[in-house]
Amino acid sequence: MSTATATKTTTFASALNTAMSDAMEADDSVVVFGEDVGTLGGVFRITDGLTKRFGENRCFDTPLAESGIAGTAVGMAINGMRPVIEMQFDAFAYPALEQIFSHIAKMANRTRGRVRLPIVIRIPYGGGVGGVEHHCDSSEAYYAHTAGLKVFTPATVADAYLMLREAIDTEDPVVFFEPKKLYWSKAGEDLTALRQQYESSMDSAEGDSPRVGAAGNATVVRAGTDVSIISYGPSVPTVLKAAEAAAEDGISAEVLDLRSVVPFDEEALVRTVQKTGRAVVVAEAQGFVSVASEIVARIQERCFHSLASPVLRVTGFDIPYPAPKLEEHHLPDVDRILDALDELQWED
Amino acid sequence: MDDPITNPEPGHQKAEQASRILEASSSFGISPEQYMLPAQQQIRMLDPEGTLIPEEEQGTGPGHEYPIPEDDVLLKAYAALVAGRRINDQNYALVRQGRMAVYPSSHGQEACQVGAALCLGEGDWMFPTYRDSVAVISRGVDPLDVMVSFRGDWHCGYDPKAYRVGAMSTPLTTQLLHAVGVAHAAKLRGEDTVVLAMCGDGATSEGDFHEALNFAAVFEVPVVFFVQNNGYAISVPLSHQSAAPSLAHKAIGYGMAGEQVDGNDMVAVLATLRRAVHLARENSMPLLLEAITYRMQAHTNADDETRYRDREEVEQWKRKDPLLRMQKFLAAKGLLDEAAEAEISEAAEKVAASLRQAMSTEPDEDPLEIFDHIYTEPTAQLSAQRGQLADELARAHGNAQAGAEEATR
Ligand SMILES: Cc1ncc(C[n+]2csc(CCOP(=O)(O)OP(=O)(O)O)c2C)c(N)n1
Ligand SMILES: [Mg+2]
Repeated sequence: MSTATATKTTTFASALNTAMSDAMEADDSVVVFGEDVGTLGGVFRITDGLTKRFGENRCFDTPLAESGIAGTAVGMAINGMRPVIEMQFDAFAYPALEQIFSHIAKMANRTRGRVRLPIVIRIPYGGGVGGVEHHCDSSEAYYAHTAGLKVFTPATVADAYLMLREAIDTEDPVVFFEPKKLYWSKAGEDLTALRQQYESSMDSAEGDSPRVGAAGNATVVRAGTDVSIISYGPSVPTVLKAAEAAAEDGISAEVLDLRSVVPFDEEALVRTVQKTGRAVVVAEAQGFVSVASEIVARIQERCFHSLASPVLRVTGFDIPYPAPKLEEHHLPDVDRILDALDELQWED
Repeated sequence: MDDPITNPEPGHQKAEQASRILEASSSFGISPEQYMLPAQQQIRMLDPEGTLIPEEEQGTGPGHEYPIPEDDVLLKAYAALVAGRRINDQNYALVRQGRMAVYPSSHGQEACQVGAALCLGEGDWMFPTYRDSVAVISRGVDPLDVMVSFRGDWHCGYDPKAYRVGAMSTPLTTQLLHAVGVAHAAKLRGEDTVVLAMCGDGATSEGDFHEALNFAAVFEVPVVFFVQNNGYAISVPLSHQSAAPSLAHKAIGYGMAGEQVDGNDMVAVLATLRRAVHLARENSMPLLLEAITYRMQAHTNADDETRYRDREEVEQWKRKDPLLRMQKFLAAKGLLDEAAEAEISEAAEKVAASLRQAMSTEPDEDPLEIFDHIYTEPTAQLSAQRGQLADELARAHGNAQAGAEEATR
């Protein structure tokens, strides 16, 4: 995805920021609002400079009320806008759940497709940053469980840009999970090149929805032959490290980044598992009744005869997110992933 | 003491709304508090006998002035009242006969329902609740399309954008925020759209009620919050919801004006709503109007009203019936002769007949449609599930046919 010549270094955060300003530039109806997103640029500075550049009508601070933010977004979307709203932290989106579940998710279905709500709900999520209680939840399963919402979660700088642009241009509501642990990660990506890539993919798109091949298209981010490790969002870099370590032990792991939980790319999942015959699913969220559980269920339904061993999960424990000094014991890390790989009945 | 509105502490800037309130109140020669607080009594223009109350007893005053609507508007309102009453009673009967699944009746509240529709211009929006069928129909939506949800065919049967009427909302007060959003989008584009946001008395306890009023005042958007206070939230009386002197008093806490009106007085309801809509549009600011009314029938057919209110109370409200009051008033005014009356009831009868007719034909909904509108394009999983149901239906159809053939053999 990078250009051959002198590639610049770009952070995940600036990719998101540029995606929003490019979208606002491209379409007057894109408006950004939330708590502290204006003058301050958001507590993570993801909306930095948007108010200055586009004015207070396009990027503004709201009163401190998440249901109010989500509910107002519904009305604005009904009346022709494309709201991009920011929830300050994962756990602070909970006051907005009634609006998200009962209206944002259901309006299109309720009205037989007459009222679609092109809203993007940006949520910084997950742990690994030493955050205190209420600042580290992995809440994706709640949203993925709710029909009518799309759930995106980029793991790379390029995807941060491309998928946020795609989310903003999508006619369906998108819950956009930003792994806060990756905000300051860097990659040799040139934003100009990414912009061109996105815009040319838009030009070739048909109908209302862009087809840039991110959402609903899981990617193999590392090819391998012995085992498939399936992951998404903040866990992907950890999984890649584990795959590297496994290679030293002679295990060739293929790593699949889902990119979006909804739409869910079942075919890519089936392809990799049928190829390797073994699978481990890795995610930060608690494992009980989780996205990871769903992935395992699909593997069981579709790949049963290709499997050489049970499918395992490496997830957070089934506990409320622990205090900062204890989070390292909770989060899936390289060792825990390697332990899981060891258990895949290699001797048989 | 420094006036906090005109002279805030450093770093404690007031919203623009505060200066608008100041401006508005001083133009009426009253204080901001006098402007924001409701008048001493409910605004009322007709007594229970339908006689026009002398102006000095209507509750109006400086900053709280409500001109009586023109004759043609009053007549139109009466026709809508008669139709609304007929629709309420027809649907009530249809539910009892098992031809409609549920119907939250607004019998007794029709003046509020009609006022809500007639105060708006074509470009304005309305955000109604489950109880506001008559308001939605009075705005022009086909009654049969409104009943789609109560018959159980689909959730919302009309196109909200075509009529500028939100889908009737069930999760209490969530729709008030949608109203604020619609108004805010319009304001950003420089359009002077007014939005009427409706809810009941019990609903004012919900968090979204607070958030919506607060957002509207801070965003300075023309939303008229219209609360139909019918005294109960299902079984729970208002005394269990709020300790405020009145629901209209809540307005001042948000920096907006509040008013109370006799919700069974069609003239007063129209007058106050029309003025509120006018002020909202002129000054781009929200207002709160509380209408005191009464639900004459049970909450829905599933409710047993004898458990929480006695017959006597209901009988007392019968004497304040909005329809009779308006009829007497118009007749005395010479606006309503027998011919006009006959024409109006004939039109209402027609609507009732179409409802009866529609509810006795089986809808031919397509079960597969349950998969069709969730996303712009169905996910792979939904397509698979749609295929599964299609297959099940085909098999059931095949079995039914085989069964029929068997029977004829
Ligand atoms: C969030 C929410 N909680 C509970 C309910 C169930 N419910 C439906 S109507 C109602 C009473 C509402 O009373 P009020 O606001 O006074 O309106 P009314 O029905 O009297 O018109 C309740 C509790 C609901 N619809 N939504
Ligand atoms: Mg009530």
